[in-house]
Amino acid sequence: MQSVLATARVNRLAFGSRPFSTSLARCQAVPQQKPVLLKEFKIYRWNPDEPDKKPELQSYKIDLNQTGPMVLDALIKIKNEIDPTLTFRRSCREGICGSCAMNIDGQNTLACLCRIDRDASKNAKIYPLPHMYVVKDLVPDMTLFYKQYKSIQPWLQNSNPPEKGEFLQSPEDRRKLDGMYECILCACCSTSCPSYWWNQDEYLGPATLMQAYRWIADSRDDRAAERMDRLQNEMSLYRCHTIFNCSRTCPKGLNPAAAIAKMKLEMATD
Amino acid sequence: MMSTRALGLGSALRKAAFAPNAVRSQIMMRNIIGKRFIQIQSVTPASGTEILNAQRLKRPSSPHFTIYQPQLTWVASIANRITGAGLSVLLYGFSIAYLIAPGTFDSAHVVEVVAGLPESVKYAGKTILAAPFAFHSINGLRHLGWDLTKFLSIKSVYGTGYAVLAASAVSTAVLVFMK
Repeated sequence: MQSVLATARVNRLAFGSRPFSTSLARCQAVPQQKPVLLKEFKIYRWNPDEPDKKPELQSYKIDLNQTGPMVLDALIKIKNEIDPTLTFRRSCREGICGSCAMNIDGQNTLACLCRIDRDASKNAKIYPLPHMYVVKDLVPDMTLFYKQYKSIQPWLQNSNPPEKGEFLQSPEDRRKLDGMYECILCACCSTSCPSYWWNQDEYLGPATLMQAYRWIADSRDDRAAERMDRLQNEMSLYRCHTIFNCSRTCPKGLNPAAAIAKMKLEMATD
Repeated sequence: MMSTRALGLGSALRKAAFAPNAVRSQIMMRNIIGKRFIQIQSVTPASGTEILNAQRLKRPSSPHFTIYQPQLTWVASIANRITGAGLSVLLYGFSIAYLIAPGTFDSAHVVEVVAGLPESVKYAGKTILAAPFAFHSINGLRHLGWDLTKFLSIKSVYGTGYAVLAASAVSTAVLVFMK
Protein backbone atom coordinates (compact mmCIF):
# COMPACT_ATOMS: atom_id res chain seq x y z
CA MET A 1 0.00 0.00 0.00
CA GLN A 2 2.73 2.39 1.00
CA SER A 3 4.74 1.63 -2.09
CA VAL A 4 1.67 2.32 -4.28
CA LEU A 5 1.24 5.72 -2.63
CA ALA A 6 4.90 6.46 -3.09
CA THR A 7 4.77 5.67 -6.81
CA ALA A 8 1.64 7.83 -7.17
CA ARG A 9 3.47 10.72 -5.57
CA VAL A 10 6.49 10.23 -7.80
CA ASN A 11 4.23 10.23 -10.88
CA ARG A 12 2.51 13.44 -9.85
CA LEU A 13 5.83 15.13 -9.24
CA ALA A 14 7.27 13.89 -12.49
CA PHE A 15 4.51 15.62 -14.48
CA GLY A 16 5.57 19.22 -14.19
CA SER A 17 4.45 20.57 -10.83
CA ARG A 18 7.60 19.60 -8.96
CA PRO A 19 8.64 22.57 -6.84
CA PHE A 20 12.25 23.64 -6.79
CA SER A 21 12.65 22.89 -3.08
CA THR A 22 11.63 19.23 -3.32
CA SER A 23 14.43 16.96 -2.26
CA LEU A 24 14.77 13.47 -3.58
CA ALA A 25 14.28 12.13 -0.07
CA ARG A 26 10.61 13.13 -0.15
CA CYS A 27 10.00 10.90 -3.14
CA GLN A 28 11.50 7.84 -1.52
CA ALA A 29 9.45 5.15 0.17
CA VAL A 30 8.68 5.80 3.82
CA PRO A 31 10.49 3.32 6.05
CA GLN A 32 8.10 1.03 7.85
CA GLN A 33 7.83 1.82 11.54
CA LYS A 34 8.14 -1.41 13.52
CA PRO A 35 6.37 -1.55 16.89
CA VAL A 36 8.51 -1.41 19.99
CA LEU A 37 9.09 -4.94 21.34
CA LEU A 38 10.69 -4.57 24.77
CA LYS A 39 12.32 -7.68 26.20
CA GLU A 40 13.96 -7.95 29.57
CA PHE A 41 17.49 -9.35 29.82
CA LYS A 42 18.69 -10.36 33.28
CA ILE A 43 22.44 -10.50 33.33
CA TYR A 44 24.84 -11.75 36.02
CA ARG A 45 26.99 -8.93 37.36
CA TRP A 46 30.02 -9.01 39.63
CA ASN A 47 32.70 -6.36 39.82
CA PRO A 48 36.21 -7.19 41.12
CA ASP A 49 36.58 -3.58 42.29
CA GLU A 50 33.76 -4.16 44.79
CA PRO A 51 34.59 -7.75 45.74
CA ASP A 52 32.47 -7.85 48.88
CA LYS A 53 29.28 -7.01 47.01
CA LYS A 54 27.46 -10.23 46.18
CA PRO A 55 26.95 -11.15 42.52
CA GLU A 56 23.50 -10.10 41.32
CA LEU A 57 21.27 -10.20 38.28
CA GLN A 58 20.89 -6.81 36.64
CA SER A 59 17.89 -6.17 34.44
CA TYR A 60 18.05 -4.41 31.06
CA LYS A 61 15.16 -3.77 28.69
CA ILE A 62 15.84 -3.39 24.99
CA ASP A 63 13.68 -3.11 21.87
CA LEU A 64 14.07 -6.35 19.91
CA ASN A 65 13.00 -4.61 16.70
CA GLN A 66 16.06 -2.38 16.97
CA THR A 67 18.40 -5.28 17.79
CA GLY A 68 20.14 -7.95 15.74
CA PRO A 69 18.84 -11.52 15.92
CA MET A 70 21.44 -13.06 18.23
CA VAL A 71 22.01 -12.78 21.98
CA LEU A 72 25.46 -11.35 21.29
CA ASP A 73 23.80 -8.50 19.35
CA ALA A 74 21.67 -7.76 22.41
CA LEU A 75 24.72 -7.77 24.69
CA ILE A 76 26.62 -5.43 22.38
CA LYS A 77 23.60 -3.15 22.15
CA ILE A 78 23.33 -3.01 25.95
CA LYS A 79 27.04 -2.28 26.27
CA ASN A 80 26.91 0.43 23.57
CA GLU A 81 23.72 2.16 24.55
CA ILE A 82 22.80 1.43 28.16
CA ASP A 83 25.68 0.27 30.33
CA PRO A 84 29.29 0.41 29.11
CA THR A 85 30.49 -1.35 32.27
CA LEU A 86 28.90 -4.66 31.21
CA THR A 87 31.81 -7.02 30.55
CA PHE A 88 31.89 -10.08 28.30
CA ARG A 89 34.24 -11.75 25.83
CA ARG A 90 33.48 -11.72 22.13
CA SER A 91 35.43 -11.76 18.94
CA CYS A 92 34.35 -13.39 15.68
CA ARG A 93 30.54 -13.18 16.06
CA GLU A 94 30.14 -16.30 13.89
CA GLY A 95 30.83 -19.25 16.17
CA ILE A 96 34.42 -19.97 15.25
CA CYS A 97 36.43 -18.33 18.04
CA GLY A 98 34.52 -19.63 21.07
CA SER A 99 35.01 -16.43 23.08
CA CYS A 100 31.37 -15.65 23.84
CA ALA A 101 30.54 -18.98 25.54
CA MET A 102 28.06 -18.35 28.37
CA ASN A 103 24.97 -19.80 30.01
CA ILE A 104 21.87 -18.46 28.25
CA ASP A 105 18.45 -19.44 29.59
CA GLY A 106 20.00 -22.35 31.47
CA GLN A 107 22.05 -23.79 28.62
CA ASN A 108 25.70 -23.29 27.78
CA THR A 109 26.13 -21.97 24.28
CA LEU A 110 27.83 -19.31 22.19
CA ALA A 111 25.99 -15.98 22.43
CA CYS A 112 26.72 -15.33 18.74
CA LEU A 113 25.01 -18.57 17.64
CA CYS A 114 22.04 -18.30 20.03
CA ARG A 115 18.93 -16.60 18.66
CA ILE A 116 17.01 -14.29 20.97
CA ASP A 117 13.65 -15.81 21.90
CA ARG A 118 11.18 -13.33 20.35
CA ASP A 119 8.65 -14.00 23.11
CA ALA A 120 8.93 -10.68 24.99
CA SER A 121 6.75 -11.86 27.89
CA LYS A 122 9.58 -14.11 29.07
CA ASN A 123 12.87 -12.60 30.23
CA ALA A 124 16.24 -13.96 29.14
CA LYS A 125 18.71 -14.92 31.85
CA ILE A 126 22.41 -14.79 31.08
CA TYR A 127 25.06 -16.20 33.41
CA PRO A 128 28.76 -16.90 32.94
CA LEU A 129 29.79 -20.51 32.28
CA PRO A 130 28.71 -22.55 35.35
CA HIS A 131 31.03 -23.36 38.27
CA MET A 132 33.95 -21.26 37.09
CA TYR A 133 35.72 -18.47 38.93
CA VAL A 134 34.39 -15.14 37.69
CA VAL A 135 36.88 -12.51 36.55
CA LYS A 136 34.14 -9.96 35.95
CA ASP A 137 30.46 -10.19 34.96
CA LEU A 138 30.27 -12.82 32.18
CA VAL A 139 34.02 -13.44 31.95
CA PRO A 140 35.14 -16.72 33.59
CA ASP A 141 38.72 -17.57 34.53
CA MET A 142 39.82 -20.19 31.98
CA THR A 143 43.35 -20.72 33.36
CA LEU A 144 42.69 -24.24 34.67
CA PHE A 145 40.83 -25.27 31.50
CA TYR A 146 43.81 -24.29 29.32
CA LYS A 147 46.26 -25.97 31.70
CA GLN A 148 44.28 -29.19 31.45
CA TYR A 149 44.32 -28.95 27.66
CA LYS A 150 48.09 -28.45 27.76
CA SER A 151 48.49 -31.49 30.02
CA ILE A 152 47.31 -33.90 27.30
CA GLN A 153 50.13 -32.70 25.00
CA PRO A 154 47.89 -31.74 22.09
CA TRP A 155 50.37 -32.04 19.26
CA LEU A 156 51.52 -34.75 16.85
CA GLN A 157 54.18 -36.99 18.37
CA ASN A 158 55.94 -39.57 16.27
CA SER A 159 59.50 -40.78 16.69
CA ASN A 160 59.63 -42.28 13.18
CA PRO A 161 58.87 -39.45 10.79
CA PRO A 162 58.67 -40.44 7.09
CA GLU A 163 61.96 -40.38 5.20
CA LYS A 164 60.77 -37.58 2.98
CA GLY A 165 57.61 -35.60 2.57
CA GLU A 166 54.67 -35.66 4.91
CA PHE A 167 52.84 -38.27 6.98
CA LEU A 168 50.39 -40.15 4.77
CA GLN A 169 46.99 -41.21 6.01
CA SER A 170 44.24 -43.30 4.45
CA PRO A 171 40.82 -41.66 3.97
CA GLU A 172 39.38 -44.09 6.54
CA ASP A 173 41.96 -43.07 9.15
CA ARG A 174 41.37 -39.42 8.38
CA ARG A 175 37.64 -39.93 8.85
CA LYS A 176 38.24 -41.03 12.45
CA LEU A 177 39.17 -37.44 13.29
CA ASP A 178 35.94 -35.95 11.93
CA GLY A 179 33.74 -34.67 14.73
CA MET A 180 36.78 -34.15 16.98
CA TYR A 181 39.17 -31.80 15.22
CA GLU A 182 36.37 -29.20 14.82
CA CYS A 183 36.36 -28.43 18.56
CA ILE A 184 36.99 -24.73 19.23
CA LEU A 185 37.65 -25.14 22.99
CA CYS A 186 34.85 -22.80 24.05
CA ALA A 187 34.41 -24.85 27.27
CA CYS A 188 30.60 -25.03 26.93
CA CYS A 189 30.73 -28.83 27.32
CA SER A 190 33.17 -29.02 30.22
CA THR A 191 31.26 -26.43 32.25
CA SER A 192 27.93 -28.19 31.59
CA CYS A 193 29.25 -31.43 33.09
CA PRO A 194 28.19 -32.11 36.71
CA SER A 195 31.27 -34.31 37.18
CA TYR A 196 33.45 -31.40 36.10
CA TRP A 197 31.57 -29.10 38.50
CA TRP A 198 32.45 -31.29 41.48
CA ASN A 199 35.92 -32.55 40.44
CA GLN A 200 37.44 -30.02 38.07
CA ASP A 201 40.69 -29.97 40.03
CA GLU A 202 41.44 -33.54 38.95
CA TYR A 203 38.93 -34.61 36.28
CA LEU A 204 39.93 -33.31 32.84
CA GLY A 205 36.42 -32.69 31.50
CA PRO A 206 34.83 -33.51 28.12
CA ALA A 207 36.57 -30.88 25.95
CA THR A 208 40.08 -31.90 27.02
CA LEU A 209 39.26 -35.62 26.93
CA MET A 210 37.86 -35.47 23.41
CA GLN A 211 41.08 -33.75 22.32
CA ALA A 212 43.07 -36.45 24.13
CA TYR A 213 41.20 -39.05 22.05
CA ARG A 214 41.68 -36.96 18.91
CA TRP A 215 45.44 -37.58 19.22
CA ILE A 216 45.05 -41.19 20.34
CA ALA A 217 42.88 -41.91 17.29
CA ASP A 218 45.25 -40.18 14.88
CA SER A 219 47.06 -42.81 12.76
CA ARG A 220 50.05 -40.47 12.31
CA ASP A 221 50.72 -40.30 16.07
CA ASP A 222 52.59 -43.25 17.62
CA ARG A 223 52.31 -42.31 21.32
CA ALA A 224 48.78 -43.63 21.87
CA ALA A 225 49.98 -46.05 24.57
CA GLU A 226 51.69 -43.29 26.58
CA ARG A 227 48.74 -40.99 26.10
CA MET A 228 46.32 -43.63 27.41
CA ASP A 229 48.69 -44.50 30.23
CA ARG A 230 48.54 -40.92 31.51
CA LEU A 231 44.74 -41.15 31.70
CA GLN A 232 44.76 -44.58 33.34
CA ASN A 233 43.86 -43.45 36.85
CA GLU A 234 40.74 -42.94 38.93
CA MET A 235 40.21 -39.22 38.28
CA SER A 236 41.47 -37.97 34.90
CA LEU A 237 39.07 -39.92 32.69
CA TYR A 238 36.89 -42.22 34.77
CA ARG A 239 35.02 -39.40 36.53
CA CYS A 240 32.98 -39.33 33.32
CA HIS A 241 29.67 -40.96 34.23
CA THR A 242 28.25 -40.80 30.69
CA ILE A 243 25.82 -38.01 31.58
CA PHE A 244 25.74 -36.55 28.02
CA ASN A 245 25.31 -32.90 29.08
CA CYS A 246 28.44 -32.21 27.02
CA SER A 247 27.04 -33.56 23.74
CA ARG A 248 23.64 -32.04 24.44
CA THR A 249 25.06 -28.53 24.84
CA CYS A 250 27.91 -28.43 22.26
CA PRO A 251 27.29 -25.37 20.05
CA LYS A 252 29.28 -27.00 17.24
CA GLY A 253 27.18 -30.19 17.33
CA LEU A 254 30.09 -32.43 18.35
CA ASN A 255 29.80 -35.47 20.60
CA PRO A 256 32.47 -35.53 23.34
CA ALA A 257 30.60 -38.21 25.32
CA ALA A 258 30.86 -40.63 22.39
CA ALA A 259 34.60 -39.95 22.03
CA ILE A 260 35.12 -40.57 25.76
CA ALA A 261 33.06 -43.80 25.64
CA LYS A 262 35.18 -45.11 22.74
CA MET A 263 38.36 -44.17 24.59
CA LYS A 264 37.16 -45.95 27.74
CA LEU A 265 36.42 -49.09 25.75
CA GLU A 266 39.84 -48.99 24.04
CA MET A 267 41.58 -48.50 27.38
CA ALA A 268 39.63 -51.32 29.01
CA THR A 269 40.28 -53.82 26.22
CA ASP A 270 43.91 -53.18 25.25
CA MET B 1 38.39 13.78 8.68
CA MET B 2 39.86 10.47 9.79
CA SER B 3 42.43 12.21 11.93
CA THR B 4 39.89 14.39 13.74
CA ARG B 5 37.75 11.34 14.40
CA ALA B 6 40.69 9.39 15.68
CA LEU B 7 41.53 12.22 18.04
CA GLY B 8 37.91 12.52 19.13
CA LEU B 9 37.78 16.12 17.94
CA GLY B 10 34.99 15.67 15.38
CA SER B 11 32.15 17.06 17.46
CA ALA B 12 34.28 19.84 18.90
CA LEU B 13 35.30 21.11 15.46
CA ARG B 14 31.75 20.81 14.14
CA LYS B 15 30.37 22.82 17.06
CA ALA B 16 33.05 25.45 16.63
CA ALA B 17 32.32 25.72 12.91
CA PHE B 18 28.68 26.68 13.53
CA ALA B 19 29.39 29.05 16.44
CA PRO B 20 29.73 32.83 15.88
CA ASN B 21 33.27 34.02 15.38
CA ALA B 22 33.66 35.62 18.80
CA VAL B 23 33.09 32.47 20.80
CA ARG B 24 34.51 30.04 18.28
CA SER B 25 38.03 29.73 19.60
CA GLN B 26 36.78 29.63 23.20
CA ILE B 27 34.42 26.69 22.57
CA MET B 28 37.06 24.90 20.60
CA MET B 29 39.56 25.17 23.40
CA ARG B 30 37.09 24.05 26.04
CA ASN B 31 36.01 21.05 24.03
CA ILE B 32 39.50 19.97 23.15
CA ILE B 33 40.68 20.22 26.72
CA GLY B 34 37.58 18.83 28.39
CA LYS B 35 36.90 15.80 26.24
CA ARG B 36 38.37 12.38 25.60
CA PHE B 37 41.31 12.76 27.91
CA ILE B 38 41.39 9.72 30.15
CA GLN B 39 43.42 9.69 33.31
CA ILE B 40 45.69 6.67 33.30
CA GLN B 41 47.59 5.46 36.31
CA SER B 42 50.70 3.60 35.30
CA VAL B 43 51.25 0.33 37.12
CA THR B 44 54.42 -1.72 37.27
CA PRO B 45 54.16 -5.40 36.23
CA ALA B 46 54.82 -6.48 39.82
CA SER B 47 52.04 -4.42 41.33
CA GLY B 48 49.77 -5.51 38.47
CA THR B 49 50.28 -9.12 39.52
CA GLU B 50 49.58 -8.08 43.10
CA ILE B 51 46.25 -6.53 42.11
CA LEU B 52 45.38 -9.64 40.10
CA ASN B 53 46.24 -11.97 42.97
CA ALA B 54 44.16 -9.89 45.38
CA GLN B 55 41.25 -10.19 42.94
CA ARG B 56 41.76 -13.95 42.55
CA LEU B 57 41.32 -14.48 46.29
CA LYS B 58 37.86 -12.97 46.23
CA ARG B 59 36.50 -14.24 42.92
CA PRO B 60 33.08 -15.86 43.30
CA SER B 61 32.27 -19.20 41.68
CA SER B 62 29.53 -18.88 39.08
CA PRO B 63 26.19 -20.58 39.82
CA HIS B 64 25.78 -24.11 38.41
CA PHE B 65 23.04 -26.70 39.04
CA THR B 66 20.64 -24.09 40.40
CA ILE B 67 20.58 -22.24 37.06
CA TYR B 68 21.22 -25.06 34.59
CA GLN B 69 18.17 -26.10 32.58
CA PRO B 70 16.79 -29.47 33.81
CA GLN B 71 17.47 -31.91 30.95
CA LEU B 72 16.77 -35.62 30.67
CA THR B 73 20.52 -36.22 30.41
CA TRP B 74 21.68 -35.03 33.82
CA VAL B 75 18.37 -35.40 35.67
CA ALA B 76 18.32 -39.10 34.75
CA SER B 77 21.95 -39.41 35.81
CA ILE B 78 21.25 -37.84 39.21
CA ALA B 79 18.15 -40.03 39.61
CA ASN B 80 20.30 -43.07 38.82
CA ARG B 81 22.79 -42.02 41.51
CA ILE B 82 20.13 -41.28 44.14
CA THR B 83 18.13 -44.48 43.55
CA GLY B 84 21.36 -46.49 43.62
CA ALA B 85 22.44 -44.89 46.90
CA GLY B 86 18.95 -45.34 48.40
CA LEU B 87 18.73 -49.02 47.44
CA SER B 88 22.25 -49.66 48.81
CA VAL B 89 21.43 -47.91 52.10
CA LEU B 90 18.33 -50.06 52.39
CA LEU B 91 20.19 -53.30 51.66
CA TYR B 92 23.15 -52.55 53.94
CA GLY B 93 20.89 -51.06 56.63
CA PHE B 94 18.66 -54.12 56.72
CA SER B 95 21.60 -56.53 56.67
CA ILE B 96 23.41 -54.75 59.51
CA ALA B 97 20.18 -54.44 61.49
CA TYR B 98 19.68 -58.20 61.07
CA LEU B 99 23.21 -58.85 62.33
CA ILE B 100 22.66 -56.66 65.39
CA ALA B 101 19.16 -57.78 66.29
CA PRO B 102 18.32 -60.99 64.41
CA GLY B 103 15.24 -61.52 66.57
CA THR B 104 13.44 -58.34 65.46
CA PHE B 105 14.54 -58.20 61.80
CA ASP B 106 14.00 -61.78 60.59
CA SER B 107 11.60 -62.50 57.71
CA ALA B 108 8.79 -63.76 59.93
CA HIS B 109 8.70 -60.52 61.91
CA VAL B 110 8.86 -58.31 58.80
CA VAL B 111 5.99 -60.25 57.17
CA GLU B 112 3.96 -59.95 60.37
CA VAL B 113 4.49 -56.17 60.63
CA VAL B 114 3.67 -55.53 56.97
CA ALA B 115 0.54 -57.74 57.13
CA GLY B 116 -0.80 -55.58 59.92
CA LEU B 117 -0.53 -52.33 57.90
CA PRO B 118 -3.55 -50.74 56.15
CA GLU B 119 -3.86 -51.35 52.37
CA SER B 120 -3.01 -47.75 51.38
CA VAL B 121 0.27 -47.81 53.30
CA LYS B 122 1.14 -51.19 51.75
CA TYR B 123 0.68 -49.86 48.20
CA ALA B 124 2.53 -46.61 48.95
CA GLY B 125 5.42 -48.54 50.48
CA LYS B 126 5.55 -50.97 47.55
CA THR B 127 5.66 -48.05 45.09
CA ILE B 128 8.46 -46.36 47.03
CA LEU B 129 10.48 -49.57 46.87
CA ALA B 130 9.54 -50.68 43.35
CA ALA B 131 10.02 -47.39 41.43
CA PRO B 132 13.71 -46.83 42.33
CA PHE B 133 14.45 -50.53 41.84
CA ALA B 134 12.84 -50.60 38.38
CA PHE B 135 14.44 -47.34 37.22
CA HIS B 136 17.90 -48.17 38.52
CA SER B 137 17.90 -51.65 37.00
CA ILE B 138 16.65 -50.63 33.56
CA ASN B 139 18.78 -47.48 33.40
CA GLY B 140 21.73 -49.72 34.29
CA LEU B 141 21.15 -51.59 31.02
CA ARG B 142 21.32 -48.26 29.19
CA HIS B 143 24.67 -47.54 30.84
CA LEU B 144 25.96 -50.99 29.83
CA GLY B 145 24.96 -50.18 26.26
CA TRP B 146 26.93 -46.94 26.36
CA ASP B 147 29.97 -48.76 27.77
CA LEU B 148 29.80 -50.98 24.64
CA THR B 149 29.71 -47.72 22.60
CA LYS B 150 26.08 -48.25 21.56
CA PHE B 151 23.30 -45.55 21.52
CA LEU B 152 25.85 -42.72 21.71
CA SER B 153 24.12 -40.09 19.55
CA ILE B 154 22.03 -37.44 21.29
CA LYS B 155 18.96 -38.72 19.45
CA SER B 156 19.37 -42.25 20.79
CA VAL B 157 20.29 -40.92 24.24
CA TYR B 158 16.86 -39.29 24.36
CA GLY B 159 15.13 -42.26 22.71
CA THR B 160 16.58 -44.75 25.20
CA GLY B 161 15.96 -42.26 28.02
CA TYR B 162 12.23 -42.07 27.36
CA ALA B 163 12.12 -45.83 26.78
CA VAL B 164 13.71 -46.38 30.21
CA LEU B 165 11.16 -44.05 31.84
CA ALA B 166 8.25 -45.86 30.17
CA ALA B 167 9.63 -49.30 31.01
CA SER B 168 10.24 -48.27 34.64
CA ALA B 169 6.66 -47.00 34.94
CA VAL B 170 5.27 -50.28 33.57
CA SER B 171 7.47 -52.49 35.75
CA THR B 172 6.70 -50.38 38.82
CA ALA B 173 2.99 -50.88 38.21
CA VAL B 174 3.48 -54.63 37.71
CA LEU B 175 5.55 -54.92 40.91
CA VAL B 176 3.07 -52.87 42.95
CA PHE B 177 -0.01 -54.86 41.89
CA MET B 178 1.71 -58.23 42.06
CA LYS B 179 0.01 -60.37 44.73
